[in-house]
Amino acid sequence: MARGRLLRRLNKNIILFGGAAIVVFFVLTALFAPLIASHDPGAIDMASVFLPPSGEHLFGTDELGRDVFSRVVYGSRVSLFVGIVAVGISVAVGVALGLASGYYGGWTDSVIMRFTDVMLCFPSFFLILAVIAFLNPSIINVMAVIGLTGWMGVARLVRAETMSVKNREYIIAARLAGLSHARILFKHILPNVLSPVFVTAALGMAGAILTESSLSFLGLGVQPPTPSWGNILTAGKDNIMFAWWLSFFPGVAILLTALGYNMLGEGLRDAADPRKK
Amino acid sequence: MAGYILRRLLAMIPLLIGITVICFFVINLAPGSAADMRVSMNPKYSETAREKFEKMYGLDKPLYEQYFIWLGKFVRLDFGDSFATDGKKVTEKIGERLPITVGLNVLSMFFIFLIGLPLGVASAYWRDSVFDRAATVAVFIGYAVPTFWLALICMYWFGVHLGWLPISGLTSYDYDSLSPAGKFLDLSRHLILPVSISVFGALAGISRFARSSTLEVLGEEYITAARARGIGEGAVLFRHALRNALLPVVTILGLSVPGLIGSSVIFESVFSIPGMGQLFYMSVMMRDYPTIMGILVIGALLTLAGNFIADVAYAFIDPRIRYGSG
Repeated sequence: MARGRLLRRLNKNIILFGGAAIVVFFVLTALFAPLIASHDPGAIDMASVFLPPSGEHLFGTDELGRDVFSRVVYGSRVSLFVGIVAVGISVAVGVALGLASGYYGGWTDSVIMRFTDVMLCFPSFFLILAVIAFLNPSIINVMAVIGLTGWMGVARLVRAETMSVKNREYIIAARLAGLSHARILFKHILPNVLSPVFVTAALGMAGAILTESSLSFLGLGVQPPTPSWGNILTAGKDNIMFAWWLSFFPGVAILLTALGYNMLGEGLRDAADPRKK
Repeated sequence: MAGYILRRLLAMIPLLIGITVICFFVINLAPGSAADMRVSMNPKYSETAREKFEKMYGLDKPLYEQYFIWLGKFVRLDFGDSFATDGKKVTEKIGERLPITVGLNVLSMFFIFLIGLPLGVASAYWRDSVFDRAATVAVFIGYAVPTFWLALICMYWFGVHLGWLPISGLTSYDYDSLSPAGKFLDLSRHLILPVSISVFGALAGISRFARSSTLEVLGEEYITAARARGIGEGAVLFRHALRNALLPVVTILGLSVPGLIGSSVIFESVFSIPGMGQLFYMSVMMRDYPTIMGILVIGALLTLAGNFIADVAYAFIDPRIRYGSG
């Protein structure tokens, strides 16, 4: 009986669990990259260039004889890192602005929300490209720019949640007890507005990883020799005619990771929505 | 209705001002001035030439003054001359390419709605069925796939390996000599790959929205009431449910503009389509600041326009919005 229920729950939340499984798989890959990689990702071997996939080189080798499998495994670290930092920035900025906007209301709210609306007017990829063009395409700049153009959704969500929470009795009680605004905001409001942020953060991870790969494709992402999935793929695209494996495997890695985060986000949203139970 | 439109238009003014401020902020992110960049890239420029250049672009004035000068030109949509060797006016350069980008995106949007809406509605109607699961995974794959990668694979497979479709540009070399029907066919063949890939990538937004919106309406009491009265399932779905479920989808139209415009950089670069996205990429690579700024502004204005059209269309089909707080 218990097993039947478990299966039914699993079936109901297949999107959530499928997504979580993919995400965990890639996080473990990134954590244990040195153990998983079969070769040194930077080791050049001119005697074995453009080898197709084989038992020795699972994903083949590139134009410098480097092992593509090991490069993709190490690339997962860079892509994960870019995603976490970029999303961390968007969440931090979005939560801060959303809390301030929802809690203080009035002028603060108007100014912050108009600013959010303005930022939403820009096609974010245009803004990212323009800023990267003016600065330099280093990994720090790429993460910062992706993060700073992605906080608007979080800010709106947190603002709405904060507004619905701030007039509850326990908050009023806290005010009457003489707690400071900061304490109320961080101790009593923040924990109650965070759950929808997790959904956005999961979707944001997918977006950030895809954006980095698009930037790499245009030559403006994480710069070689640091292997990111985007730049491995891009380096391989010129040889797609005779060495498909160079761009195929990193592309699959990006696709699966983004799919995993999207499914995780969607699954969390579904699980949190009581109407869909 | 006129009052509503006027209110919407007025609400856009602060946004417009904000857009100009952010654009101006981005210009001034450049390390050193634009003049430095130009001088250091070309040894033929002397110090006097540099001063002349600074004067020409007003770079010798204080920042706030530069902003107002720039704003004055902005109001007349004058973004100055391109730094590129052709030295054309930025407005002219964008004007040549804007119709291509807008046309492509409108075409994509049409197919996104044509496929995404029925997909989402069917998913909701047969909720948790195998079809629903398969459709969900399919649109998510589209959403997660790196578009340039899929484009490359399709170009290689359909263009080079099978030789079915052309892989770059919008027209063939002999386009001008073709008959009108031949021209149409040629253009369509060139559009198949870019448009299908763009549609595949953007299906998720609209179909997921249609799904959840339909699900919500199907749970309403008036639907149960309609069923209880013995109205056929077809009539319940099409006459009672969808009318209400699909109204808000119009707003997604406005919301999807920035994403589509943004991704035109990738599509137009991969498929060598001479649109605004390709121009933007070339300008970024050449650090052609006036053109970068011009396109950034135009991109934001297109988004504003998209939102405005969506809002007005929504108010037009749903009177509750018109007479609400708006």
